[in-house]
Amino acid sequence: MKATNRLEKIINLCFWLSASVIAGIFIIIIGYIAVKGFSVVNLDFIFTAPTRAGKEGGISTTIIGTVYLTAVALLFAVPLGVSTAIYLEEYARRKSRFARLVNLTAETLAGIPSIIFGLFGFVFFVIFLNLGWSILSGGMTLAIMILPTITRTAQEAILNVPHEYRENSLALGASKWQTISKITIPSAAPGIITGIILSIGRVVGETAAIILTAGSSLGMPLSLSDPVRTMAVHLYILALEGISLERAFGTAFVIVILIIIINYMAHLSLRRLSHLSS
Amino acid sequence: MMEKLNTMVSTSSCSILAETQKRFKLSGEQFIEKILMLCAAISILAILLITLFIFSRGIPVILKTGLGNFLLNLEWAPTSGNFGIGAMFVGSLVVTFTALLWAVPLGLMTSIFMAEIAPPRIDKILGSLLELLAGIPSVVYGFFGLIVIVPFIREYLGGNGLSVLAGAIILGIMILPTIINISRDSIKAVPREYKEGSLALGATHYQTISRVLLPAARSGIITAIILGMGRAIGETMAVVMVTGNAAILPGNILSPVRTMTSNIVLEMGYATGDHQAALFATGTVLFILIVLLNFIANLASKAGRVNESN
Repeated sequence: MKATNRLEKIINLCFWLSASVIAGIFIIIIGYIAVKGFSVVNLDFIFTAPTRAGKEGGISTTIIGTVYLTAVALLFAVPLGVSTAIYLEEYARRKSRFARLVNLTAETLAGIPSIIFGLFGFVFFVIFLNLGWSILSGGMTLAIMILPTITRTAQEAILNVPHEYRENSLALGASKWQTISKITIPSAAPGIITGIILSIGRVVGETAAIILTAGSSLGMPLSLSDPVRTMAVHLYILALEGISLERAFGTAFVIVILIIIINYMAHLSLRRLSHLSS
Repeated sequence: MMEKLNTMVSTSSCSILAETQKRFKLSGEQFIEKILMLCAAISILAILLITLFIFSRGIPVILKTGLGNFLLNLEWAPTSGNFGIGAMFVGSLVVTFTALLWAVPLGLMTSIFMAEIAPPRIDKILGSLLELLAGIPSVVYGFFGLIVIVPFIREYLGGNGLSVLAGAIILGIMILPTIINISRDSIKAVPREYKEGSLALGATHYQTISRVLLPAARSGIITAIILGMGRAIGETMAVVMVTGNAAILPGNILSPVRTMTSNIVLEMGYATGDHQAALFATGTVLFILIVLLNFIANLASKAGRVNESN
């Protein structure tokens, strides 16, 4: 009996140990980048343009590049994704072949690695549609990438809207589309917003798909057909080509802070969602 | 082929236009429904286009070289027309399996810990840590690997540090959230009666975990591992930064290695002609491999659901 008792204690210790290793890995990575990056990042770093291929100056143009790409991606993906969700949840019969096919393809899209999206974006947008390495090519590639996230979260949000809302609206004489646009979508908004926030996080961190479709130009983009470099691509080039470790740490720090903020916001909007539905 | 596609696109858009006009006369509500349906069809269109465009560029090279030769030939010398991705194919598998070797046991232990042992508060804290860990971009992981893990390996284990091992450590960290979250959920989903029955029969908590809970959650755990594997094989930026990227078979875990994903991102910038097509062929192989893995994961999780409902 004592022997099993001791064994149980050892096993228990192993479990606590493995969880501590996970927490340790996390703290080391974030901590290391925070400590090394903190001294580099200041307002100057954020608001000045990089010079000499990023050896000097800040990261302003890469921040703007990231914002533009995110905006274009959302511009395409949000209307499409939300419309898809509305169609699947409000119009299509759940078991219909079309609905099942859409769900299956969304699932498949979600599992495809970003390098494949990069390849596709390159051959389709950059070459076939002749858009070149540009914000437009990159943004549309990213839009396809985040489409499953937007669709899935919107679907769940719409599904969670209580049935009485719709019934009351219909009973008052509103048409189906009036009910959807005035009642269902506003009620599902927090969930849809969560999906948008999560997608922004994905775009901010994306590298492989962007480098093949939006290029890596450090200049200030003036139109949608200009190439851009995002922060993540900047970090990749700074680190891999050994241009400036100091600035790489700064860029990594800004990205990590952004991701933490985005994560927290997603958390908040999710919590609001669960409040609403309860 | 491009002309054909162009005409296809223009005729289909014409018919869509004609149809929408017809609908518009019918009723606004029906028109809206059609528009929404069209939006939903975009996902299908996207998958079709992705497959069409990548395969149509990749498959001719594979056919020309022969599938066996393309996959197994170790010589990648694109400028002299030798397109064998054997070294990269093996490279991807070696790095992935080395990563799974440590990440699966650690991840599984942690998921059991979170589901069964940890106080709820600690489970919650670990959960949000993992969420953040999953959100950190791969390029940041790659950077951390390059700055911390590569020098560490160089210093204490030998070689120049850029190695299979460095890739496996970073990939392992990156797939931990996938493995832990899905296994944890599937352990938590095991019906309470199973656990209570086992405990009532006099089994200890750990006996219950290993003999009852884990077998019952098996399909979820398998799904978690396969999805983790898919994520590892598809990962690009983190791997490119820490593995050295030599297109040769790795001799041991301290040798440099190039994966299929690295091959694409490293050479796409300047490749032309057959060389570029060979990179699309690499992408084709990768694409098929990943879709296959996701399909298996899907089957495994469906099998689990069937078991539960019985």
